Amino acid sequence: MKRHLISAADLSRDDAVLILDTAEELARLADRPIKKLPTLRGRTVVNLFFEDSTRTRISFEAAAKRLSADVINFSAKGSSVSKGESLKDTALTLEAMGADAVVIRHHASGAPHRLATSGWINGAVVNAGDGTHEHPTQALLDAFTMRRRLASGASGAGQDLAGRRITIVGDVLHSRVARSNVHLLSTLGAEVTLVAPPTLVPFGVESWPCEVSYDLDAVVGKTDAVMMLRVQRERMNAAFFPTEREYARRYGLDGDRMARMPEHAIVMHPGPMNRGMEITAEVADSDRCTAVEQVANGVSIRMAVLYLLLGGNESAVAAARTEESK
Amino acid sequence: MDARTSDAARSVLEAPDIARVLTRIAHEIVERAKGADDVVLLGIPTRGVFLARRLAARLEEITGKPGRIPVGSLDITMYRDDLRLRPARALARTEIPDDGIDGRLVVLVDDVLFSGRTIRAALDALGDIGRPRAVQLAVLVDRGHRELPIRADYVGKNLPTSLRETVKVQLTEEDGRDSVLLGLRGTTPADGK
Amino acid sequence: MTMSDTHKTLLRGAKVLGGEPRDVLIEGERIAGVGTGLDADGATVIDAAGQILLPGLVDLHTHLREPGREDSETVLTGTRAAAIGGFTAVHAMANTFPVADTAGVVEQVWRLGKESGYCDVQPVGAVTVGLEGKKLAELGAMRDSAAGVRVFSDDGKCVDDAVIMRRALEYVKAFDGVIAQHAQEPRLTEGAQMNEGIVSAELGLGGWPAVAEESIIARDVLLAAHVGSRVHICHLSTAGSVEIVRWAKSKGWNVTAEVTPHHLLLTDELVRSYDPVFKVNPPLRTEADVMALREALADGTIDCVATDHAPHPHEDKDCEWGAAAMGMVGLETALSVVQHTMVDTGLLDWTGVADRMSVRPSAIGRLTGHGRPIAAGEPANLTLLDSAYRGVVNPAGFASRSRNTPYEGRELPGRVAYTFLRGRATVVDGKLV
Repeated sequence: MKRHLISAADLSRDDAVLILDTAEELARLADRPIKKLPTLRGRTVVNLFFEDSTRTRISFEAAAKRLSADVINFSAKGSSVSKGESLKDTALTLEAMGADAVVIRHHASGAPHRLATSGWINGAVVNAGDGTHEHPTQALLDAFTMRRRLASGASGAGQDLAGRRITIVGDVLHSRVARSNVHLLSTLGAEVTLVAPPTLVPFGVESWPCEVSYDLDAVVGKTDAVMMLRVQRERMNAAFFPTEREYARRYGLDGDRMARMPEHAIVMHPGPMNRGMEITAEVADSDRCTAVEQVANGVSIRMAVLYLLLGGNESAVAAARTEESK
Repeated sequence: MDARTSDAARSVLEAPDIARVLTRIAHEIVERAKGADDVVLLGIPTRGVFLARRLAARLEEITGKPGRIPVGSLDITMYRDDLRLRPARALARTEIPDDGIDGRLVVLVDDVLFSGRTIRAALDALGDIGRPRAVQLAVLVDRGHRELPIRADYVGKNLPTSLRETVKVQLTEEDGRDSVLLGLRGTTPADGK
Repeated sequence: MTMSDTHKTLLRGAKVLGGEPRDVLIEGERIAGVGTGLDADGATVIDAAGQILLPGLVDLHTHLREPGREDSETVLTGTRAAAIGGFTAVHAMANTFPVADTAGVVEQVWRLGKESGYCDVQPVGAVTVGLEGKKLAELGAMRDSAAGVRVFSDDGKCVDDAVIMRRALEYVKAFDGVIAQHAQEPRLTEGAQMNEGIVSAELGLGGWPAVAEESIIARDVLLAAHVGSRVHICHLSTAGSVEIVRWAKSKGWNVTAEVTPHHLLLTDELVRSYDPVFKVNPPLRTEADVMALREALADGTIDCVATDHAPHPHEDKDCEWGAAAMGMVGLETALSVVQHTMVDTGLLDWTGVADRMSVRPSAIGRLTGHGRPIAAGEPANLTLLDSAYRGVVNPAGFASRSRNTPYEGRELPGRVAYTFLRGRATVVDGKLV
């Protein structure tokens, strides 16, 4: 993880478990009268969003504020960025403002990596979703949700997801959520299966640490969690599939399919959901669907990431951790 | 374990000593709190939590109220004033007893009292959780060298030390044995603790 | 830079095409003699012992950017870079602003080349008006202009309409022209950012599949055969393309192909850095493609090396991958990369290098004064290479106006010590005259 969180692939198992464990402790704050911690007082976190994503932005904003960081929201829409200012000049501006961390959402794959390695800024970079590349905090909150729901013992602290079978269904080709989840879940020991029509499976997927299936019915019966990806309707016009109806029938999750899942298995969705497309209302509103829980868990995960990146003089992740003596 | 604690560390308290001072502290708490009815013990992780649990057991024995002394843990990591001097640390568990701390007598329990900064952080953390009637502090060892106006209400052993020395508490729950070791720092510079 | 026709230069002990040491005497614009123990007789003597003497290199594929993008390169700076790289002739691609699709524009570029004096500039004419692929440009007028255009290309864009391509191939038969195709099926490469494969899948960058190149090449060799014309494939980049060209040649069809230095050395693994200096079109491919391209260049399936020298200003590369321009500069490093990938690996000898970097590109472009043997009476277009040299590429020292090299910091062998354009040194001891 180093100083930045760019890709879930950069996280070791121990890094990932540390983040989940930290989030687990921070989640307990939600029950306290005062939810704020003084930890990042005086630190500045910039939410640099080149793409609209109110959900992700407010999640990061809430996380930073609960840690007492100063938060600056920088939306590219309507700013000088939309008038042709380059990523570099934007970055230099943020650097001049003394950003300790930049949370970046960008339509171009690799933009956070570029920001972190270009030398334009000194602060930590957190990838909040880049193009069709990665969305590592989403994968972390997904893993966190799975661990809480599936792990044996209270909330699974210290545990990974060894042996758990996770099915990710939908538009894998265009999904940064799927990419990050494949990396993270396999690092945590889970067995991941991607299910999609062949048109929505990336060319080159054979190198990924997962299985690929075109048949949802063949997989749902032996899975611990089914993660439904959002399928954008415009994909239909690009001939990725013939009609919405056909997609929903072959790759959507409805009550019948859910009934064939093991009793303990959960249904996940990163949101926003396309009801009637990849998921029926019946499934979306069932107790087994964790979509709302995932949103709540997102704040805890993002607090954990910000704390571990900014809370010390260097990132805690991948650094030697020795207990102090007195 | 602190790698800098030399092998030549000398034991200053052994298991029977630790048991004896904990019993004494328990009696002192009952005496000062006039029965320990509203006492809540909060241990500071890691070893303070084990000490708090041992104290709770003794209090229950003394007061004859088995399972009635609330005991929890209070992680102070996020309140430390030296966070930026080191890599961010893994968090420990904060576990507040179900009835909370409002209006109660909270006894903070830690293994070693040194600069006082940990206790300062603990007081800040407590303030975000509730409003106790009063807060007291129990420590197994007070090694001196305070950097803040903080003192312990209950002390197992006062142990005058030099800054070159290290104090290491071992407890069965964590370390497989009970003892307090006095050692010398290695040649590496003091870590500011 | 006056033309002193009587000036004499004696290259002492040069390894002509890598062979035994010979003295080469240059008198005026021509080679006066090749032999041993030649008399200096008032000539400037250059100690060329151990150095390789090649015919002046010829590039079939150079972007000089003038007119229109003088912020990235001009004919003058581009030809200076060419001279440093050992080139004595370059073909200037047509995707300028305005596009070189009329006699006027190609003559302008041609004239600027004449004025630069660093190397011959042979303009390439656009195949279609505005590179739009819809309407044939005035190919004949460009042929008949002072520039005498023989090579036509919409490079940067593919002539994807099969009928337009067929007509172009047919039309240029009237004046022995050639269509140089940028083979890229546009629908298959919408939003393409890099080679489609394992790396693109991981990086989430839009894929540029090999089949998008191969399908166009397959179509065009069939079209060329059908209409009995000749087609040249620009910057061939995949193992599959090699197979198609090999098959077409086995049929005796008039097909030629070029490969860039970067496709002989670099792979898509480099894109993992997201550093746009590695962003190029066609994209860097896989190790297997690189090996197939080297082999094809060695066995002659690929006729020549062409740089696709594509200068871009710093700001067009100092950004995120998606926003960055495609292309790399290549003139100043081409011979070093070829030495590294083809000669030092034993795939090609220096005669082979002369063939692939001078003789064949001259033949494809129908240049008469270049790609000639190193013999008495021939034009003195020569490149003297210090092949023992090892150096780290430092773009700050480039003659090109742009710095977008993928080799920065990389050690490469060989340095052009001297370049002679019709007897006159344009480069002396590795420096521009």
